[in-house]
Amino acid sequence: MLTIENLHAVVDGKLILNGIDLDVKAGEIHAIMGPNGSGKSTLSSVIAGNKVYEMTKGNILLNGENINELDAETRAHKGIFISFQYPVEIPGVSVTNFIKTAINASRKAQGLEDMPASEMLKKIRQKAALLDIDRKFLSRSLNEGFSGGEKKRNEIFQMAMLEPKLSILDETDSGLDIDALKIVANGVNRLRNKNNAVILITHYQRLLNYIIPDFVHVINEGKIVKSGTKDLAKELEAKGYDWIKKELN
Amino acid sequence: MELKEKLLDSHLAFEEQSEVNETIQGFRTRALRVFEKKGFPTRKIEAWKYTSLASVVNKNYALFPRTDSGIELKHVKRYFLYDIDTYKIVFIDGIYSPFLSETTHDGLDVCLLSAALSKQKYKPIIDKYFNKAAVKDESLTALNTAFAKEGAYIYIPKNKVSENPIEIVHFSTGEQKALWLQPRNLIVVEENAQVQIIERHQSLSSHDVVTNTVTEIHAHKDSLLDYYKIQNDLDSASLIDNTYIVQEKNSHVSVHTFSFGGKLVRNNLNYFHKDQNIMSTLKGLTILKGKQHVDHNTLVNHSKPNCDSHQDYKGIYSEQSKGVFNGKIFVDKIAQKTNAFQQSNNILIDDKATINSKPQLEIFADDVKCSHGCTIGQLDEDTLFYLRSRGIPRKEAKALLTYAFANNILQSVQINVLKKRINGQIAEKLGVNLGFDL
Repeated sequence: MLTIENLHAVVDGKLILNGIDLDVKAGEIHAIMGPNGSGKSTLSSVIAGNKVYEMTKGNILLNGENINELDAETRAHKGIFISFQYPVEIPGVSVTNFIKTAINASRKAQGLEDMPASEMLKKIRQKAALLDIDRKFLSRSLNEGFSGGEKKRNEIFQMAMLEPKLSILDETDSGLDIDALKIVANGVNRLRNKNNAVILITHYQRLLNYIIPDFVHVINEGKIVKSGTKDLAKELEAKGYDWIKKELN
Repeated sequence: MELKEKLLDSHLAFEEQSEVNETIQGFRTRALRVFEKKGFPTRKIEAWKYTSLASVVNKNYALFPRTDSGIELKHVKRYFLYDIDTYKIVFIDGIYSPFLSETTHDGLDVCLLSAALSKQKYKPIIDKYFNKAAVKDESLTALNTAFAKEGAYIYIPKNKVSENPIEIVHFSTGEQKALWLQPRNLIVVEENAQVQIIERHQSLSSHDVVTNTVTEIHAHKDSLLDYYKIQNDLDSASLIDNTYIVQEKNSHVSVHTFSFGGKLVRNNLNYFHKDQNIMSTLKGLTILKGKQHVDHNTLVNHSKPNCDSHQDYKGIYSEQSKGVFNGKIFVDKIAQKTNAFQQSNNILIDDKATINSKPQLEIFADDVKCSHGCTIGQLDEDTLFYLRSRGIPRKEAKALLTYAFANNILQSVQINVLKKRINGQIAEKLGVNLGFDL
């Protein structure tokens, strides 16, 4: 589904990604781990099309199509979703209205009419139930005054509504207590199927107890330095990132 | 002939056809002298540094409109809050339109200033309030006073809560090539009374029209006045709005100014406190494009202790539009425990758009809380990225964020249908269909 070849990216003249190769197939869950500042979040931003980062080398292919030059909204229309560490607050625009706008923007790009209101409502109810979200929450202004947990849950709700092919969850576990973490993880697990794929970006192994990855990659200084199965995450948790750094030297 | 001379020359003819008592005539004559001496303000005056009237005063305007400019309701219905009951005072080219109006004398007076100025039964009110709040030596206010004859007269007696909002609407038809209008409004809200008022000036053709309006407001003890100025006129229309508000103990006067259009708009909004525990609220939302120019010039005169004022102005400027915010807060040395807040936040959408924002605080008391802030910025790319990553195209994403920026000014609008209407206007101004009912 997603193929990344020799990806290099800079921001403000500083090299952040230094030759990333990654292959994610439909139905798979990949975890990308690494110390702070290793380039994890940059990788997710670059895949989603944030032009603050300049791609200087390499290719990003989505289902065989080169998406290097596509803008963020077009990538979203093609099925890429990214959940943010720090989602934006939009006073005066409710969660429901925001997601309606997003869904209908994607439909418009695909030449479809707006989703009928009844169908939208049904879908909203169904996905809200999946994530244990009550109706009052949906009429609140997007992310305004939301707790850390509410923000993350709202991100996963948007993911559920948009039904992306590839979801990148960037530090979705940070700032969550154990109950919120379970709800979020449970949501992700129930949304997963053989036609979509998930990339989890995380600093800690904790999330991987609830969402079991097929592959774990360790990123350091802008490069994937080690790949393995879920056992690699456990090893990292026990030995720390220094272990990888030492091994590299 | 220059406009100033034309105005001075025409005053005699104006007085001859006007039936008012000597007191009013005295006000007019003295005011004319002030205007004769001072003339139109120029950019040499500090308060007019960023707004030039040169392009407005260089035309030959008709000063006394012809009568009988009929317009059909169906053509102007959209300028009214037609979905709820309201009282209406409507003028067409400065002349009262009984056909479009819905005045009342049932428990409150919503009628014409010309009637109030000439009829004996209104004399005590006129004597007590007319030309009392207005600042005498301001030249444009003086010019209006010199020709003060027609406008809205609103009197809300003690303990009366007006069930319906009142709409003051001025249409100009463009039947005359260029028209100079000078409406005068007098509003008295007695003790413990409440009312909501909406004022708009609307040009119906692309002919030039300039409106130099003065509104005097007296809000008595425990009264509540909620005033909305809707400024969404054509690019051929200019407005100079001079509003003077006198507040008594425990009163709350709130003015929302929505400036979405017009060639040149100047809002002189002045508050004067006569007693303690007063609340004054000034909110403004300005969305401009093209070469539109809007200048908000506010004054809150804290002359008594224990009063609050809250100013919150937001501006969104596209293309070559210009905004000015000049907010003056004066705190007298006896006005201890004053709580004065002022905020001016602006977004410049295009490189050639301008905002001049100037807070002006003169504080002579030592135990007060006064804060002011001003921001000028552009929409943040990272923030835009969040919306675009959800599939919302750049243009719509910008509009949504701009809407969010403007939103808090709308939250305090108390009339729901008006709030909805303004929401719609914002969406229209931002040029997008946001895909849901705003």
